[in-house]
Amino acid sequence: MTASAAPRPAGGADPALTSVIGRPDRPLANNSRNTELILLVVSLVVVSGMSLAVQGSVLGEINAGALALPGLLAILFFGAHVAIRFLAPYADPLLLPAVATINGISVVFIRRLDLGRLTPDERIAAGVLGGDGSEALKQYIWAAVAIIGFVALLWIVRDHRTLARFGYIALFTGLVLVLLPAVLPGSLSEINGAKLWIIIPGVGQIQPGEFAKIALLLYFARILVDNRDFLQIVGKFSTLKATPRFLFDAYAPMVSAWLVSLGVLMFEKDLGTSLLYFGLFLVMIYIATNKARWVAIGLVMFMIGAYLAFLVVSRVKLRVEVWLHPFDDPFDKGYQIVQSLLALGSGGLFGAGPGAGSPNLLSLYASTDFVFAAIGEEIGLFGLTALLVLYALIASRGIRAGLDVRDSYGKLLAGGLAFSITLQTFVIVGGVTKLIPLTGLTTPFLAYGGSSLIANWLIIGLLIRISDAGRRPAKVKAPPLQLRDAPTEVVKL
Amino acid sequence: MNAPLRRVAIAVLVLFALLFVNLNYVQVVKGDDYRNSDLNERVRISSYERPRGLIMVEDQSIAESVETDGRYKYQRKYPQGELYAHVTGYQSMIYGTSEIESAENEDLSGQSDKLFVRRITDMITGKKSKGANVILTLDKEVQQATANALEGQKGAAISLDPRTGEILSLVSLPTYDPNPFAAHTDKPQKDAWANLNGDKENQPLLNRALRQTYPPGSTFKVIMSTALVEDGLTADSEVDAPNRYTAPQTTKYIENFHGETCGNGVQVTLEFALQESCNTVFAKLGVEKLGAEKIKEKAKEFGFGQKMSIPTDVAASQTGDLPDPPSVAQSSIGQRDVRMTPLQGAMIAAAVANNGKLMTPYLVKKVEAADYTTLSTTRQKTLSTPMTDSTAGEVQKMMRAVVQDGTGKRAQIDGVDVGGKTGTAEDGDERQDHAWFIGYAIVDGQPVAAVAVVLENAGKSSASSAQIAGTIMKSIIEQRANR
Repeated sequence: MTASAAPRPAGGADPALTSVIGRPDRPLANNSRNTELILLVVSLVVVSGMSLAVQGSVLGEINAGALALPGLLAILFFGAHVAIRFLAPYADPLLLPAVATINGISVVFIRRLDLGRLTPDERIAAGVLGGDGSEALKQYIWAAVAIIGFVALLWIVRDHRTLARFGYIALFTGLVLVLLPAVLPGSLSEINGAKLWIIIPGVGQIQPGEFAKIALLLYFARILVDNRDFLQIVGKFSTLKATPRFLFDAYAPMVSAWLVSLGVLMFEKDLGTSLLYFGLFLVMIYIATNKARWVAIGLVMFMIGAYLAFLVVSRVKLRVEVWLHPFDDPFDKGYQIVQSLLALGSGGLFGAGPGAGSPNLLSLYASTDFVFAAIGEEIGLFGLTALLVLYALIASRGIRAGLDVRDSYGKLLAGGLAFSITLQTFVIVGGVTKLIPLTGLTTPFLAYGGSSLIANWLIIGLLIRISDAGRRPAKVKAPPLQLRDAPTEVVKL
Repeated sequence: MNAPLRRVAIAVLVLFALLFVNLNYVQVVKGDDYRNSDLNERVRISSYERPRGLIMVEDQSIAESVETDGRYKYQRKYPQGELYAHVTGYQSMIYGTSEIESAENEDLSGQSDKLFVRRITDMITGKKSKGANVILTLDKEVQQATANALEGQKGAAISLDPRTGEILSLVSLPTYDPNPFAAHTDKPQKDAWANLNGDKENQPLLNRALRQTYPPGSTFKVIMSTALVEDGLTADSEVDAPNRYTAPQTTKYIENFHGETCGNGVQVTLEFALQESCNTVFAKLGVEKLGAEKIKEKAKEFGFGQKMSIPTDVAASQTGDLPDPPSVAQSSIGQRDVRMTPLQGAMIAAAVANNGKLMTPYLVKKVEAADYTTLSTTRQKTLSTPMTDSTAGEVQKMMRAVVQDGTGKRAQIDGVDVGGKTGTAEDGDERQDHAWFIGYAIVDGQPVAAVAVVLENAGKSSASSAQIAGTIMKSIIEQRANR
């Protein structure tokens, strides 16, 4: 793919020769970085406000200590901002502030949950980050690692198209990451019935699925771009008379994506991740081919898979029953979703106020799966709506990056990445609000957990890289000299 | 590829719109249901967020809230434990509240309308609002004396000031410690509940003074006497005193205690009949002179058939229907379907002592805000006037005879005009009788105490219930002298 050299004027009357990537209609001077900086300050004001409210409510006094956590976060976020200034100066200015707001709220709220577990005396002794066993401290460290990873990605990947080269390496990496928990013994891979971890005894655990998601996205983007033309012509039922070889080539991607999803569901007992992988593949094949019939075929296959899962995997059946009638067994099977609804309902329109609710009632999972419901009690419908708007903003700016960028690979990758944020948010938020059956996925940037935080910051890194490419103004080469302007050469005789 | 990308963007917005709509449903439409759900522990937590008011007896708190470090900020404590258990009741997360904790919950928890203005000011000034304090009418010395006098027994004693209706002491035995119910964890509450409810024989949780009805036995003869005096008799009227009385429509006869002869066995004065508690006299007069309606009417004027809140609930005492002469005969001596609470017994004595005017008994003197300003004071009210002044004089004369010369001698107090009536009430064939005493004390023409004591299945020891009543009244007189 080479970008078309659109003969449009850039900044002046001179016909411009565009560079390979970049938009010719963008003036060079305004690269929106100052907008990003101002929005970042706004987002830190929001995070600081929340931190002050939490401290005032939980500790009963507001002092400068409440600003320490936002201050520490500011170092990370401004660091990311500075890195963008140098490494992706034309990137979309909304992405970083939106992500920083959610991530900042996450750390402050996890700090609030830490405090909720402590007695009043322990709270005062806990200090800014809560010392040992504090999830807020770990979440802050993970955020730091994630942002370092984000910067490193921008540093190393200067042109997103280079990633296309690693399509098959990505596939291999992705499959290993997906399969590892399935083949590892339960003691090294199973937490709360879901076999989707790699547990390194004494060190910690990572959720390889979060990283596999990115690897598979990179692979999907590569093969779908490669086979785009081919995939566009198949799928019509008239082509079913084609040769077996043709059929295999045409349907192999869809079938293998289906099998991988089904495998994740069967062997790792993880409905959420399975849904995420398959949903991403469907959206990407649709973007690549613009053929709705692929989505139709995919949905039929998904329903077959879901029905099989419903029959075979008792966990799935249970989830559906609990979804339909959570209040039938409010103390056991329905406990989590019931507590989630009670928390959300107690929050109502305006919420109890940061620090003034009882989010710790959501038990062990208040900081992970149920973080959205837990925070919902304190910030209410208005606060949660604002959060949803931020997610929608990230996703739509991601798609915007796909629209802006000129190469198919970039478009496909941006679309897939943006949709991964959407789908993940939809599945977990829909789950804890009883819109759909509950499946365990992390709420991007908000839930406690390093794997998710790092993986999602890498996704933002990729989106920023693509949006930088899409918004970069065309390099204006010096126009070729016209003969009439050339100085007359004095020829010595 | 921009066209499908744009459609994906629309799909993204649709998904977020679905979340948004659903969130509105959960937080707004269903919000109230979830907020107030029984399953919602926040409801409980919020009731432990601020200190609940005190329950006070004079200057002493018998229920208070202390700050804790746990998930719930305040914990209820009952410093006097068992002594006031049947007055305060308990506050339990699992089993709710009882007695004053329940009846005065709105004031104690600070939810009462009386505290509305204070709640608003507290909200503006940022002060943590506290519940209101409930000050009881009880006298701590009298309560202690009552508990001491009753110790080791199964039964109840209640005393009140006949002039005002203020309850001065209330003891029901066996009692229990309400503190475990105030625990913030389930186990102590459940253990206490299982233990106390498991004790079917003693039923420590039962408030016998207010909520258990017993056959009143001979104490009912005070009501009969009142009705008879109002019907034209006097203390000195001569009435028939046969050894046996057989009511019409039956062959079963009623005889006196142990089959004894009443006086000369022919005729006695009404006063003597009450003094010696002659069953045949009252059974015969009940059937032949008063009849069912008059007896029921008089009992009703004393408070029978009426559920009361003082403000804790009081079971209604009852006479039954008295459909035929045999039942009238039996009811006239406080058996058959006649049942009354100890409080009702004390009210009978109080009405007689207070010259016929029955004051509404009450347990809460006033409600004060946390800063000790009075929010409300209970007004003294006349419940009814079951007899005239002169009738009361006659009945007092007869009841005085009971204590001076009759079955209630052990209630005597030197230099005090004490009147009373003993009762031995049959409680089925199997079990021992209940021993009753109701009585009053008049000092310098002022009725200062009315009291009822019942000893459950104590056998024929109405004398000891008279003694207990005497001790309680003595304590009340002493306290009155000290004021």
